[in-house]
Amino acid sequence: MGMIGQHLLNGMMQGTIYGLVAMGFTIFFGVMNVIKFSHGDVLTLGAFGGLVAVWATHSLGLSVPMQFVAAFAAAMLLSAVAGAGISHFLIMPLRNAPPLNMLLMTMMVGTVLREAIRLFFPNGTNPQRFPELLPSGGFNIGSSFFRTDALILIVAGIASIGVVYWIINRTKFGLAMRAVAEDVETARTMGINFARVIPLTFALGSITAGFAGTIYGLYYSEINYGMGLLLAVIGFTAAIVGGLGNIWGAIVGGYLFAGLQTFVVAAIPSMSDYKNVFAFVLIIMLITWRPTGLLAERGSERV
Amino acid sequence: MVTITKRAFAALATASLLPLAFGGFDAAFAKDKVKIAFVGPLTGALSPHGIGGRNSAELAVKLMNADPNTKYDYELVVLDDECKPNIGVQVVTKIASDRSIVAAVPHYCSATAIATVDIFNRFKLPMVVWAAVLPEITYANKFPEVHRVSGILIGQNRIGAEFMKARGYKKFVSFVDSTDYGKSMNKYFTQFTLENGNDILGTFSVPPDQQDLSAELTKIKELNPEVIYFGGLTPLGARLRTQMAKFGINAQFEGNSGIMGDAFINAAGPELTEGTVTFFDSPPITKMPGGKMFTNAYKAAGYSEPPEAYGPFAFIATNLVMETIEKVGPDRAKITEDLGNVKDRPSVVGPITFDDHGQNITPLTTKYVVQDGKWVVWEDSEYAAGKRKLKNLP
Repeated sequence: MGMIGQHLLNGMMQGTIYGLVAMGFTIFFGVMNVIKFSHGDVLTLGAFGGLVAVWATHSLGLSVPMQFVAAFAAAMLLSAVAGAGISHFLIMPLRNAPPLNMLLMTMMVGTVLREAIRLFFPNGTNPQRFPELLPSGGFNIGSSFFRTDALILIVAGIASIGVVYWIINRTKFGLAMRAVAEDVETARTMGINFARVIPLTFALGSITAGFAGTIYGLYYSEINYGMGLLLAVIGFTAAIVGGLGNIWGAIVGGYLFAGLQTFVVAAIPSMSDYKNVFAFVLIIMLITWRPTGLLAERGSERV
Repeated sequence: MVTITKRAFAALATASLLPLAFGGFDAAFAKDKVKIAFVGPLTGALSPHGIGGRNSAELAVKLMNADPNTKYDYELVVLDDECKPNIGVQVVTKIASDRSIVAAVPHYCSATAIATVDIFNRFKLPMVVWAAVLPEITYANKFPEVHRVSGILIGQNRIGAEFMKARGYKKFVSFVDSTDYGKSMNKYFTQFTLENGNDILGTFSVPPDQQDLSAELTKIKELNPEVIYFGGLTPLGARLRTQMAKFGINAQFEGNSGIMGDAFINAAGPELTEGTVTFFDSPPITKMPGGKMFTNAYKAAGYSEPPEAYGPFAFIATNLVMETIEKVGPDRAKITEDLGNVKDRPSVVGPITFDDHGQNITPLTTKYVVQDGKWVVWEDSEYAAGKRKLKNLP
């Protein structure tokens, strides 16, 4: 019983990463009806960009807080550029093609990104140690141990979700995004610059991936070229189970998936090998029960 | 139509035949080329071990080819199994069906080796495993083509259990990967630990590529073991050690051959790995009979990567194969037959003797501890001298 708090914290940490990834999927789908399967690899690209920024700032003798800021800034910038580039050069030209073509194309882009990191990043086939930039250690409450870095990262992750929500619902750009999501033709008639809004939307969704990738590196002290694969599958699943196209659904899906994984290990430690299987089976049952997701998308609430 | 005169034809024929004649003259003195294959993880998280093994096998070939008295010119065909059973099956099928390859030196990972032994048997391709330590690779079947110069994990676990008991540890947690290798490690760890009267508070099995270990570590922290036993390979081991520290778990870390090598210390860092104990089927290179020769030759060859723990075994496996070919010729059946009779064969790690399952039975299991970022033989360490202490000693 004393460990419940700690399991909650573990689940929160994983859920924050999954939720951030799922949020990207839901933004892309909400605005362009695109399932962008390269999203996990954009996350990886961002994380590696963050790592290079830490190396660079460290070699320049900058302080740890500066290295921390540089890691997030570089990761978000790189993933934003990658996301906007993919949408401008690959998704937009294919927007009238069958959805399957778009899906295949984004999967192939993801493979290219992943393999490029593996082949061209120095020692890219091996896991890379991500420097510890947050205070190590933690504190006990009862028999639970709360990692300081995990608490900081959870707060940062939730705050970033809040910022994205604010951008979508309280800014002019968000209004344009929602208008395009609602009806592209009407939005264009009303003077919204479609060619600018779409890459910016993809940049916003990809920023969440870059942010999640850096959180991942800081939490696990390790990143690797294949880390985006499973995260993309889980993030996409979370987006679906929550209700694809609904941001809150994506967040709920992310935390739900992490909760299921954590529950398996906490309840039956000998079954830890099966935690992904267990979580996916329950998700399959949930989707069967609610095919449109737990928080079903409503026309007026896309993204 | 162009007509060729008799004189022009004669000149053309002479010009064509001269190089052939000289080429044939050279060829009469050239040695026949013999291909042998090396298989190991050259990419992926275990590539430091695979590349160290590849370099060592390549070194054996270079040294053999430099000897003017050899009968053949050896060529090493190098293939990457990525430590994945499905890839291993693909590459082994490829080399086995290539009749120009007469023998192989395969596999670092047990999970890959156990998936491919049938193929070596089916295609009658003799092989000598250079690293994988799962007992079943040699003992599950009696395949005449299958041999192994490295030890088996039973001895590591028996000696490890006795060692930990002698230090006074009583409460253990087993953390293994979910491959055949991890399962076998857990089986023998459990058997010997319980035989010694100690307790195993919990057993955790996770896929080797699992990143998040927080749920398992939370449970482990609740169990409060004195020792965390790890049965798996370097990437997961380094991840476990790193995340243990993040959770404030102060248990003694006990490993085995899967984490032996510089790669583990580099991945988790010298501070966290300090005091880690491991049991490995070989003394350090410096204490091997041919250790100095191997180290000097490896250095002289200019490899930038270290040979890692199993490099010397890749070297002797390759040498053993080439020595056999020198003796019986490049014939798969004859090589298989002759490898079956290896007894007290000198090598850089000491004498090699295969039992009736092709397993080297020379016991070399050695106890190691990490001291100041290096693996040190326990008896030579400051821990054994009492200057430093392992964690959580009762």
